[in-house]
Amino acid sequence: MSEQGSRGTPYAPHTAATTTEMLDAIGVDSEAALFDIPASVAFGGQFDIPERSERETRRHVESILGRNDDLTALLGRGHYDHYVPSVVDDLASRSEFLTSYTQYQPEIAQGFLQALFEYQSLLVELTGLGVANCSMYDAATALGEAATLSQRVRSVSGDRVLVPEHLREGKREVLGNYAAGPGVTVDTYPMADGNVDVDGLREAIGDDVAMVYAENPTVRGTIEERLGTVGELADAHDALFCLGTDPVALALLEEPATVGADVVVGDASSLGTGTAYGFGLGLFVTREEYLRQVPGRLVGAAEDTSDRRTYTLTLQTREQHIRRERATSNICTNQAWVALRTAMHAAWLGPDGLLDLAESCVTRARDLAAEVDEIRGVSAPVHDRHHFREFVARTDQPATAVRDDLAEEGYAVHAVGDHEIQICTTETTEHAVDDFVDALAEVAK
Amino acid sequence: MRYSQARWTDDDERYEPLLSEKSTAEVSTDDGPLPDDLTRDSLELPDLSEPELARHYTRLSQMNYGVESGPFPLGSCTMKYNPSFTEDLAAPPAGAVHPDQPQRTTQGTLELLYRLQDYLGRIGGMDAVSLQPPAGAAGEFAGILVAQAYHEHNGEDRSEVVIPESAHGTNFASAAMAGYDVVSLASDEDGRVDLDALDAAVGEDTAALMLTNPNTLGLFERDIEEIADIVHDAGGLLYYDGANLNALLGRARPGDMGFDVMHYNVHKTFATPHGGGGPGAGPIGVTDELAPFLPTPQVAESGGGYEFAEPEHTIGKVHGFYGNWLVLLKAYAYIARLGDAGLTDASAKAVLNANYLAEGIDLDIPFGPFHHEFVASAGDRDAADFAKRMLDYGVHPPTTKWPEIVSEALMTEPTEVESKRTLDQLAEAFDAVAGEDDATLANAPESTAARRIDQVAAARDPCLSWHSLANE
Repeated sequence: MSEQGSRGTPYAPHTAATTTEMLDAIGVDSEAALFDIPASVAFGGQFDIPERSERETRRHVESILGRNDDLTALLGRGHYDHYVPSVVDDLASRSEFLTSYTQYQPEIAQGFLQALFEYQSLLVELTGLGVANCSMYDAATALGEAATLSQRVRSVSGDRVLVPEHLREGKREVLGNYAAGPGVTVDTYPMADGNVDVDGLREAIGDDVAMVYAENPTVRGTIEERLGTVGELADAHDALFCLGTDPVALALLEEPATVGADVVVGDASSLGTGTAYGFGLGLFVTREEYLRQVPGRLVGAAEDTSDRRTYTLTLQTREQHIRRERATSNICTNQAWVALRTAMHAAWLGPDGLLDLAESCVTRARDLAAEVDEIRGVSAPVHDRHHFREFVARTDQPATAVRDDLAEEGYAVHAVGDHEIQICTTETTEHAVDDFVDALAEVAK
Repeated sequence: MRYSQARWTDDDERYEPLLSEKSTAEVSTDDGPLPDDLTRDSLELPDLSEPELARHYTRLSQMNYGVESGPFPLGSCTMKYNPSFTEDLAAPPAGAVHPDQPQRTTQGTLELLYRLQDYLGRIGGMDAVSLQPPAGAAGEFAGILVAQAYHEHNGEDRSEVVIPESAHGTNFASAAMAGYDVVSLASDEDGRVDLDALDAAVGEDTAALMLTNPNTLGLFERDIEEIADIVHDAGGLLYYDGANLNALLGRARPGDMGFDVMHYNVHKTFATPHGGGGPGAGPIGVTDELAPFLPTPQVAESGGGYEFAEPEHTIGKVHGFYGNWLVLLKAYAYIARLGDAGLTDASAKAVLNANYLAEGIDLDIPFGPFHHEFVASAGDRDAADFAKRMLDYGVHPPTTKWPEIVSEALMTEPTEVESKRTLDQLAEAFDAVAGEDDATLANAPESTAARRIDQVAAARDPCLSWHSLANE
């Protein structure tokens, strides 16, 4: 079966002769003799998984994935598609990056450490806050880690976390799982016309609140207008203000530091990776005063014995491999390579390109909403706000019927209410937008 | 074998300059599509051409070391070769599906996930698998949450998780994150679980014992059945840390040993690239009894197709979407390529290589018999210095100073991918360093991009961005 003619792993170089030589050197007569496993728990190796050649494996996997329908996805709600330039794939795929490990030996890993230092710096610039870590898994787990941070910060009291009424259910569940350990409960505050209902938040908040979470843009695509007030409310109750966002939005929207954010979380893979079934990159940035309570890996500048500037993982006494059950988090393996891609993509765009991209997220959503609003049976946007990438539209027909009929036509949108669909558009769907509007006009009648 | 890493040096102060030191520009957000009160004022970022970026990152890559550069026997990390073809399979657009697409339009993705659940179940001897945890530690956390939900469902209030002292630090942190008190368990003089100590440690408060098998010394816990009985008799569950599963493929399965819940480190056992610190994936497997508590959703077969299903008493989600999809895709491809024979052979060669290397090194290597890894002692030398000198020989050194049961530990895991010739060179590197004087070790490395770095000073005065560099 195997093109290399062996029955065994194609990724071990042993010949029968070298195997024998090695066994002789050890002083045993078979590989089986090396295993110190009681017979009562030994297994005979029959998984019933066939061996395949590389060519066969590729065909096998490609044929499975070929069963996906080719849709134009006008989908967002926390997972976004932007065009990733070839140079990112090319450079990130260099094996010295891709096949390396966490930088426990910094002298031999300067390249990756510097790239992560640059990634951290990018987030510091975008947020105005002092400390960015090397990554969390995704936006939801980063939010969960923010909630546990609120329990370690001395200036904060309380064991309730407030989240907006409009939030991805999955994100709320992950937060709930992270918050449960330290005994934190998750409560909701209301939204008004897509944005934080500041009066509602004022009623919901109390001195037992440890963290207030808001998103900008929101999960329904609206741009928040009163974040400064949210920050003041959190501050007045000794609660952390945690803001969820992404690096493209940060290039244009209010700087988190200026609205009083204490922690910024979100998905940063919208730069560098694009659509990948929810595969993401949790960004985590916070104020310098919480430095020693930060979860995850940090890269710091250092000097070597030639007195040149170098980089190293630092403040590792916060981490699980040293602090064990008193660590700030259990995270070990994170999303470093995804962060590398994000930094590369941001650097490729440069400040002009990144700002242009962010502005196009506003104008594309605005323009498409206006076009959709012209369609009989649809009105958009539902919320009288500025939007970023996506917006909610009201349909006369049931939203699920519109969604399913659109799927038949080759377009995917979200159904987010009985008569509400959500549409996301970026440069990657630009070519399809006109035909989409025609299709929506057909199915929405 | 000797090595000289590329070293790009800008001047007496620095090596490759930061992006921000090459060229930056500041842009204003005035005249944009939003009112000024909703925008930031300006944005200052590096501003380089694509050719300049290509050179920057190529240089950085040259000042980095991966599995394709040379041997990487980092203990407990299973740094094996990452097959190239899996990268091609995961490249866009194959993996580029939005997670909110209707399930009937993503049947290919769902089928692949279903098949991977099934394969992992067979490999671990587990009845049900969740692919959602995005790394090993996330798998531990999810697995412990499942155990917690199981106990709570049975009306049991158990507050402790028992963990051997030699376990990975993540075990302790994961249990604590789930709200448990951690009970640490000393090893016996053979480096394994001390049954008397275990007997004394477990009781009505025990939610679970977390165990790595083979343990971090490379030793199989021979008394595993008795261990399982002790824990189960106390009403606790047995958790398997899959970090060392590469030692056992085809020879033993956690499910057959009495484990109730386990995680798999696909970036170790199933050869997905570690990417300089991730992404990984940490699926968990459980017995039928625990399956109703798994994270949601599971992928189920239904009428010739595939669909999401919610376990009856699910703990909910542990990742915002469906886990690290691209990593799972590569892991599936690796398993499908190797099959029974390849997987079993991978472990056989990994164990052969570890034992052959241990035989060839003149350092003291206590305990045994070893499986996929062993822990050598640097003796009266500082293990950290020892490791730094190994860099000059073109070897990524072992994990150092851990587990603490061996003094000045050099925890070494060559994996199956090294040849006899490379293992001989590795052994020579160990022995050569052992024969060098203290000053040489203290001054090492000399041939890496950077010379010895002062990590203590870096932690004393943290500087974590180019902004704080500029302020110094």
